[in-house]
Amino acid sequence: MDTMRDRFVTLTHAALDRDPKVALVLADISVPAFEPARSRHPDRVINVGIREQLMLGVAGGLAIEGMRPIAHSYAPFLVERAYEQLKVSLGHQGVGAILASVGASYDWSAGGRTHHAPADVALLDALPGWHVQVPGHPDEVPPLFSDALARRESVYLRLSTRQNATPREIVPGRLHVVRRGRRGTVIAVGPMLDPTLAAIEGLDLTVLYATTARPFDAATLREAMPPAPTVLRSFASHDVALVEPTVEGTSSHVVSAALVDRPHRLLALGVPRVELRRYGTPEDHDRAYGLDARGLAERLTRFFR
Amino acid sequence: MRRRIEYRDLHHALTRMTGAEKHAPSATSTLDALYVLYDRVLDVAPERRDDPDRDRFVLSKGHGPMAYYAVLAARGFFPPEVLDGFGGFDSPLGHHPDRSHVPGVEVSSGSLGHGLPIAVGIALALRAKRQHADVARLDVSRPHEATVAPRSPRVVVMLGDAELDEGSNHEAIAFAARAQLDSLTAIVIDNDSASLGWPGGIATRFEGEGWLARTVDGRDHGALERALVAPPGRPLAVIAKVEPKHG
Repeated sequence: MDTMRDRFVTLTHAALDRDPKVALVLADISVPAFEPARSRHPDRVINVGIREQLMLGVAGGLAIEGMRPIAHSYAPFLVERAYEQLKVSLGHQGVGAILASVGASYDWSAGGRTHHAPADVALLDALPGWHVQVPGHPDEVPPLFSDALARRESVYLRLSTRQNATPREIVPGRLHVVRRGRRGTVIAVGPMLDPTLAAIEGLDLTVLYATTARPFDAATLREAMPPAPTVLRSFASHDVALVEPTVEGTSSHVVSAALVDRPHRLLALGVPRVELRRYGTPEDHDRAYGLDARGLAERLTRFFR
Repeated sequence: MRRRIEYRDLHHALTRMTGAEKHAPSATSTLDALYVLYDRVLDVAPERRDDPDRDRFVLSKGHGPMAYYAVLAARGFFPPEVLDGFGGFDSPLGHHPDRSHVPGVEVSSGSLGHGLPIAVGIALALRAKRQHADVARLDVSRPHEATVAPRSPRVVVMLGDAELDEGSNHEAIAFAARAQLDSLTAIVIDNDSASLGWPGGIATRFEGEGWLARTVDGRDHGALERALVAPPGRPLAVIAKVEPKHG
């Protein structure tokens, strides 16, 4: 089956063929996959070598000239390596690009810390105006990619090898209501949906699935969350849990802002801020971080008790 | 070419921003190069700000933009009265230029090392657009779209010798010549302010990567103009040497 990256490669080829404003900027990552596009569009498929500052500066220059650049690399090199370029060469110029990363969080667990970037979304979230897309299945990449291509703003597309068993009928920009419950609400981001669903078996919860992390769909959360328990009305509190594949608390502030007028408790689960210094499989890391179904079940069950 | 800027007007413009009585040319290392660019080299005009065939100028070295603002005002991009508010809360003219505020500013700059990589992107975009136009022109099924090939716009970026400390510039220098970006010109104002210097000279950094580099007196208008004539097939670097910065 196609991976998210495979889908991205196919979609980008089609976009380059269709629209002379689309350009792809690479820094040696995925160059062989884009060879057909490069041979057809040598002026718009640009590999700058292992030069991430230049990759993003070039993306800025292309966007200033009205093109729609797509910059693509491994997540730590795309987002962390040249962070100021995102701020100055794109944001401060008043232009946008699509950034499509692979290697999400700890996809390459054995690669070690240098190749992990669980803070990618949090970092982009510190800059104004970014759209952030976190697909949880390869079939969810096409609608998110089309949405990104049609915009002028900057869009981050976080492609992962981790995925849910089945795609959902997502709408870009919106939370998808997986099911409605009475006890509280859990928001699962991208590939965290399946482990979350496994972890909350037997709990009567509303489950919301986010493939667009920014801007956050506050309206759907407010509409879909069940009423607060009414036993002691004056102490009634909405219980909301957040399960993210990125650094713990990445989306806490947007959930809190969405519920500023509703008393609530918030449990934010994600990748802890630690130097784990271990290798192994992504599943090993899930367990170490308490993000496997069992670890999630322990903490979610306690929270919604 | 018709002279369009009176050099002495620039000093008056600088005075409007600083309130100081007099300005020796050496007070502003970029003034002469900017004057030559806007008076004699760049194909730009206030009424052609959106013309796709205009030249693009990028002040990468966004520090000390007063000379830049003075030249833009003298060239008619905005009224000289605007200079009076330099740095004020409501002024469009900050201590670093912002393209969303200042007519004629193509790229917002300030932190060092962004302009050259962005200029490379602009040059690549112009080449891609030209390629697309050429394909359309050669398409015999659409003869009604046949036109004369437009002149390729130049992309000129101004840097400082200390700014070259930033590694991002060297990523761009290495790439630009190998991509044969002959529309790209870098003009480096060398006032010997790089803390660790550039042993062997700045020109060698560009030449080693395949640029044509010329080193000239950055106060000699004729020499600057001649040095800025672009060669075919590769990017051009002009090292404009001015008095060493003191202090």
